[in-house]
Amino acid sequence: MILTRVALGIGLLFVVSLVIFWATELLPGDLASQLLGQSATPETLAALREQLGLNDPAPVRYWNWLSGALTGDFGVSLATNRPIADLIGARLGNTVFLALYAAALSVPIALTLGILSALWRNSIFDRAANAGALGAISLPEFFVAYILVLWLAQTGLFPSMVRINPTTTMGERLYMTFLPALTLTLVVTAHMMRMTRAAIINLMASPYIEMARLKGLSPLRIVLRHALPNALAPIINVVALNLAYLITGVVVVEVVFVYPGLGQLMVDAVSNRDIAVVQAVALIFATAYVGLNLIADVLSTLSNPRLMHRR
Amino acid sequence: MGFAATVTLGLAGLFALAWVIRAGGRAVLTGQSRSLVNDMPLTAAFGLLVILIYAIVAIAAPVLAPFPEREIVGSQFQAWNAEHPLGTDRIGRDMLSRLIYGARNTVGIAFATTALAFVVGSILGLWAALTGGWLDQLLSRFVDALMAIPALIFSLLLLTIFGTSVLSLILVIAAVDATRVFRLARSVAQGIVVMDYIEAAKLRGEGAWFLIRREILPNAMAPLVAEFGLRFCFVFLSISSLSFLGLGIKPPTADWGSMVRDNATLITFGDVTPLLPAGCIALLTVAVNFVVDWQLHRASGLKEG
Repeated sequence: MILTRVALGIGLLFVVSLVIFWATELLPGDLASQLLGQSATPETLAALREQLGLNDPAPVRYWNWLSGALTGDFGVSLATNRPIADLIGARLGNTVFLALYAAALSVPIALTLGILSALWRNSIFDRAANAGALGAISLPEFFVAYILVLWLAQTGLFPSMVRINPTTTMGERLYMTFLPALTLTLVVTAHMMRMTRAAIINLMASPYIEMARLKGLSPLRIVLRHALPNALAPIINVVALNLAYLITGVVVVEVVFVYPGLGQLMVDAVSNRDIAVVQAVALIFATAYVGLNLIADVLSTLSNPRLMHRR
Repeated sequence: MGFAATVTLGLAGLFALAWVIRAGGRAVLTGQSRSLVNDMPLTAAFGLLVILIYAIVAIAAPVLAPFPEREIVGSQFQAWNAEHPLGTDRIGRDMLSRLIYGARNTVGIAFATTALAFVVGSILGLWAALTGGWLDQLLSRFVDALMAIPALIFSLLLLTIFGTSVLSLILVIAAVDATRVFRLARSVAQGIVVMDYIEAAKLRGEGAWFLIRREILPNAMAPLVAEFGLRFCFVFLSISSLSFLGLGIKPPTADWGSMVRDNATLITFGDVTPLLPAGCIALLTVAVNFVVDWQLHRASGLKEG
């Protein structure tokens, strides 16, 4: 069961890498003529083709690119001529740090809010939480970010820009990245909370919950001990999906807070049309996305014995 | 926090106006349109009112705006004053006028993109469900592969390749979102193509185009319309995000996303002006969501659980 899913995931990653690679083949002409535009002379075109290795047939280039990427060698940036691995290096760590920080804040908050609003459903608390969630889903990330800047950075509580250098201690780092992490938290919490609530409320109608209620158990105990374990599979799924969503959210938030991460690198590379860097970063983001979905599937299978021993 | 109070008052006023209009509708209308108004929640009335206002502003932009969209009419970063009610921007263009023209540009482009994504996605989806077989497999697996890459990341990749112009922005976002529409249209149509009346129409010798247009589409309309609203929100938010990142609609064209980016420095001085375009984006998204919620509720016949 699980092995098939993992194999499928790896197959999917392979297809994704193929799509990212082949995207450049969609161009009329080729990458070199597209990059040089009108000013191209035959000589510069030939030189650029040589530099990009465009003279090889596509399957060969794909193989070189993929095997390089697997060993951490993404080639050379077209804009700066520096190895992409150097550009990515520290930034990858920063982005992972920010995403984990946001996850560590949002998952407990979302689960608590979801469970509480399922427990007190149709109360004022539930309605307020739901209205807040609908609002939060509809707001653009940069809007949330700037509102936080206006409220929290204005008063001098938190810095509105993130400056990280090797001497930054962990405590300072947590303090400086608080606003970006909080922005991401607000954006993803809403969806997770709503799904947690829906999963638990769905279960509350089943006979064994009725039984537990008739035994005279307290509502909190029913939700935590009886409903929650069975609601785990959908909850794990939505948590992983939202963590995957963090990957795209991170791009905008990094730009707002001038955070030195992969998202900012990618945005800069897109405006410079530095396709090699964009491909490398897209591959990393897509791998994380596919990987998280894979983990979600595996975990929710593990959490449900009926899925483990399907006939 | 005088500004927060103004915004709250404004929203409360819109809600009150929506309530009055709904009450008026209930008093005046009869027949089918009456029943539509009857079960309309206040949030949906509010949503419809907001959408209507945006549409009017977008259409009448040149009449409403006090200054032209691209002209420099004053000094840089003026505060709010009588001549420029919302001040001026980074190079001295009138903020209010650009905000009004933004309704036309940003919403117009988002609407065109959604419509394009919808036409392509739903026709392909319905066609795949109707034909089945290898065509269905081919299209579905292709869409699966594209959907395995996060939408924003894939759009960024495509924008690098095709360059960042408004046309390529529309085509790229439409292509990315068409995959999502395809999924929905296909799964909705799969429930319909097994019906007897489709079989009957096939035996009459109708072609695929007739079947899609006259037999499947009318029955798949309700979920597709709700999806159109949701899709519009997604497209609108992603276009604004891309413009905010400097990769979408670019100045001098007035656009809400890039206006936020352009004037963001003001925020660190405690000025709320750059947030207004972002607020316009948020308000429209919330309004569309309210209406979609209501439509889904009506279509499913569900009562609040």
